Amino acid sequence: MRYTPHTAAEIDVMLRAVGAASVDALLAHVPEGLRQRASLASLPRGIDERALRTELASLAARNRTEALTFLGAGAYPHFIPAAVEQLAGRAEFATAYTPYQPEVSQGTLQATFEFQSAVAALTGMEVANAGMYDGATAAAEAVLMTQRLRPNRPLVLLARALHPHYREVIATYLTGIADIESVEVPYGADGRTVLPAAELLRRASCLVLGYPNVFGVVEDLTRAAAAAHAEDCLLVSATGEALALAALRTPGAAGVDIAIAEGQSLGLPLAYGGPGLGLFASRERFVRSLPGRLVGETVDARGERGYVLTLATREQHIRRERATSNICTNQGLCAVQVVVYLSLLGRRGLANVAERNLRGAHALAERLRGIGTLRFSGPYFNEFVLSIDGARRRWQRALAAGVVAGLPLGDWYPELEDALLLCATELHDAAAMERLAAALANDLPPAASRTEGHS
Amino acid sequence: MSLPAGVLRGGLLPEPLIFERSTPGRTGADCDPHEVGGPAPDAVLPAALRRDDGLVGLPEVSELDVVRHFTRLSQWNLSAATTLYPLGSCTMKYNPLVNEALVRAPGFADLHPLLPDAWAQGTLELMDRLADFLRTVSGLPAISLQPAAGAHGELTGMKMVRAYHEDRGDPRNRVLIPASAHGTNPASAALCGYTVTELPANQAGILEVATVREHLGPDVAAMMVTNPNTIGLFERDIQAIAEAVHAAGALLYCDGANMNALLGVAKPGDMGADVLQFNLHKTFSTPHGGGGPGAGPVAVSARLEPYLPTPRLVRDADGLRWSEDFPKSIGRVRSFHGNVGILVRAYCYLRALGGDGLVDVTAMAVLNANYVRARLADVLPLAFPTPSLHECVFSDRELEATGVRTLDLAKRLLDYGFFAPTIYFPLVVPGAIMIEPTETESKQTLDEFIAAVRAIVAEADTAPELVKEAPHSTFIGRLDETRAARRPILRWQPAAAK
Repeated sequence: MRYTPHTAAEIDVMLRAVGAASVDALLAHVPEGLRQRASLASLPRGIDERALRTELASLAARNRTEALTFLGAGAYPHFIPAAVEQLAGRAEFATAYTPYQPEVSQGTLQATFEFQSAVAALTGMEVANAGMYDGATAAAEAVLMTQRLRPNRPLVLLARALHPHYREVIATYLTGIADIESVEVPYGADGRTVLPAAELLRRASCLVLGYPNVFGVVEDLTRAAAAAHAEDCLLVSATGEALALAALRTPGAAGVDIAIAEGQSLGLPLAYGGPGLGLFASRERFVRSLPGRLVGETVDARGERGYVLTLATREQHIRRERATSNICTNQGLCAVQVVVYLSLLGRRGLANVAERNLRGAHALAERLRGIGTLRFSGPYFNEFVLSIDGARRRWQRALAAGVVAGLPLGDWYPELEDALLLCATELHDAAAMERLAAALANDLPPAASRTEGHS
Repeated sequence: MSLPAGVLRGGLLPEPLIFERSTPGRTGADCDPHEVGGPAPDAVLPAALRRDDGLVGLPEVSELDVVRHFTRLSQWNLSAATTLYPLGSCTMKYNPLVNEALVRAPGFADLHPLLPDAWAQGTLELMDRLADFLRTVSGLPAISLQPAAGAHGELTGMKMVRAYHEDRGDPRNRVLIPASAHGTNPASAALCGYTVTELPANQAGILEVATVREHLGPDVAAMMVTNPNTIGLFERDIQAIAEAVHAAGALLYCDGANMNALLGVAKPGDMGADVLQFNLHKTFSTPHGGGGPGAGPVAVSARLEPYLPTPRLVRDADGLRWSEDFPKSIGRVRSFHGNVGILVRAYCYLRALGGDGLVDVTAMAVLNANYVRARLADVLPLAFPTPSLHECVFSDRELEATGVRTLDLAKRLLDYGFFAPTIYFPLVVPGAIMIEPTETESKQTLDEFIAAVRAIVAEADTAPELVKEAPHSTFIGRLDETRAARRPILRWQPAAAK
């Protein structure tokens, strides 16, 4: 077996050292009834590396990644420089584990400290943790954190314009915990969330807004923070497209209390939606309520600077059922990959990519003027909602032409049946935009009436 | 860093923070913002919504700076690719490199999660086959691949437990967990609104059915058990425990953290489990990544199947598709469909090994752990003399006279070129030293490791200070963790902000 190195002779020597007649004898204390039923003979036999490559290539070929797509909606196609995956993929990063022995884990620890610093800078917040599973679970953990900070307010306010996956995950996380009520806050004609009345804010631990929201629209966090803080309610911003933070006023500057984001845009491949990375940043004064891992600076016995996991008394392996969260990882390698990406692009590179996205999406909207209209009047970054007659029909026609014309929003918002959510990034050039315009202008009867499934 | 730059230490170079390498105006990537025209940001974003700090706090470095920086950092890590990483309960086995190559194929890497299902049939087929593999291995009929990590799988499983009881109009509020359990078990139960009762094991380290019966009651929603437990011992009463738990109207949660000991040996479904989370980054060889990403699929018994997270994969005439049509589901536990890149790697591993290879995995993992146990038991006392499976747990109680503790032994092992075992866990063993060699280590490597541990135990007698002040040959010395926690510095700050 290629991953088990034992020779027959070695097995004999080892069994003698153990004092067992056979490997089977080492398992003899497992009840016989269980062992008899444990056979794995129904599984296919193993295959060699060449056959494995062939099989995976044929599976990959059944995914249609060659198409032209304008899908964003929580997962964003961006260019990833070769150095990013090469460096983050180094086996010393990839095959280490949680840095429990800091003296031989300084690579992971310093990179994570740099990640925390970069996330704090990107969000404009004072502190950031080492990472969460994804944006949606980070949003749920943020909501739970506001419940710890405002324990007598069993109410949370969630914008209807917050990505539905984020709202659903928050709902899942909240079930079973005390009786926390969740109220959906509607959006207005400009696509922005209508700020809740003071009476609601006064009873709520938090208000959660997308930034940009699921429609791509940029919420006015500064105004929301003022309204929320007037009633001692915490403001949480949830960013699905982290690149937007390079162009928009930072959540920190706007007065947000907890800023979370999905970090996939910053150097992680789409990979059918995962692994991604939850960014989690907050105010310094809330640091002991943070979920997840934290890396801190210290010195060694010789007085040299080094890094360790710290403030672990918040965490499950120490605090058990009284921990701030049950999380015990931080998507570590994704965090390393993101900090490599952010380092490579740096201040200027990231600003340029963000500007390219903003310009491109607006150029696309301009190109589609006349074919459809902008559904919302609020400002946007690289994603917008297009109102267009027969949106689903046209989307199907475009699909037949090899163009995925964004997301038919009726799948998520019944009131937006005649609308498409379109995203353009630095990967979409003028020719791509022309193809989309041509495909959407086509309103001939569809070839098939069957609608494609969405989730 | 107080060392002068450029001074090698053991072949390694010092390296400042990436921010400290910055030079204003430098960048490592080109992108023309004007490529497709479009308006300037200030034409479409009002000033109050626009970022105006020039992204202060991010570095300004070249591509070569970045390459050198992260290459140097990586070399400060010990990893499973560098050396034996016998971290008990973490299953730090070899992570096959071919899987890293295969997952990067554009067909997998560039797939948007909201593409029409018909356009993602390759990945959906892979996920469906992986689900089949895991159902067979677990002996449980239904599964969700959505959870992002083991602890996330636990949370998902316990949410299903809660949904099950509430659906029956019998909400319960207590969960039984052995004292030796991972901290994630009580933390996950608490996140589902349960209070936790800790159960002790007997003198042999085994949980007795009588103990379980004593604590069961109409308020108990579930019992969470890790089998083999965190001491590496198989819970022999597991079927009787399952019966007692079920008779009391509760459910049995099996923590699959130690599945590496069970392949071809016992199936959790046959033990009576209602829920089991897999840790694909342990048993199924996906890289640990310095703390994730992992994946924590959850398999369940028929009675919990209606509560699995949505969307769920279903097959119809057109192929595989996602369905939300499960009204009793607990809903989503994360965005999209899970850590799919990890699922691809685990599938590759399962496919490469097949049923026969998996049986060999557990056999050799158990042999390796028992070999280490046999060769060290005369110098380190075993926590329990009970026969053990894939890991072995020692205590430091016989080192007491020398003043050397478990932590010192662990640090000294670093000098010998090995990562340390898991220490001070499980909490029920004083000064625990938990070693899990895994099946991918050869006898030669184990012999070198055994020799190192024996040498350190001898040093504890002859030169205790050498051990207590270890490590001596690592890149950096023993770090002051108290100082880090007392006055937390959690980020680098631009000079102006300090």
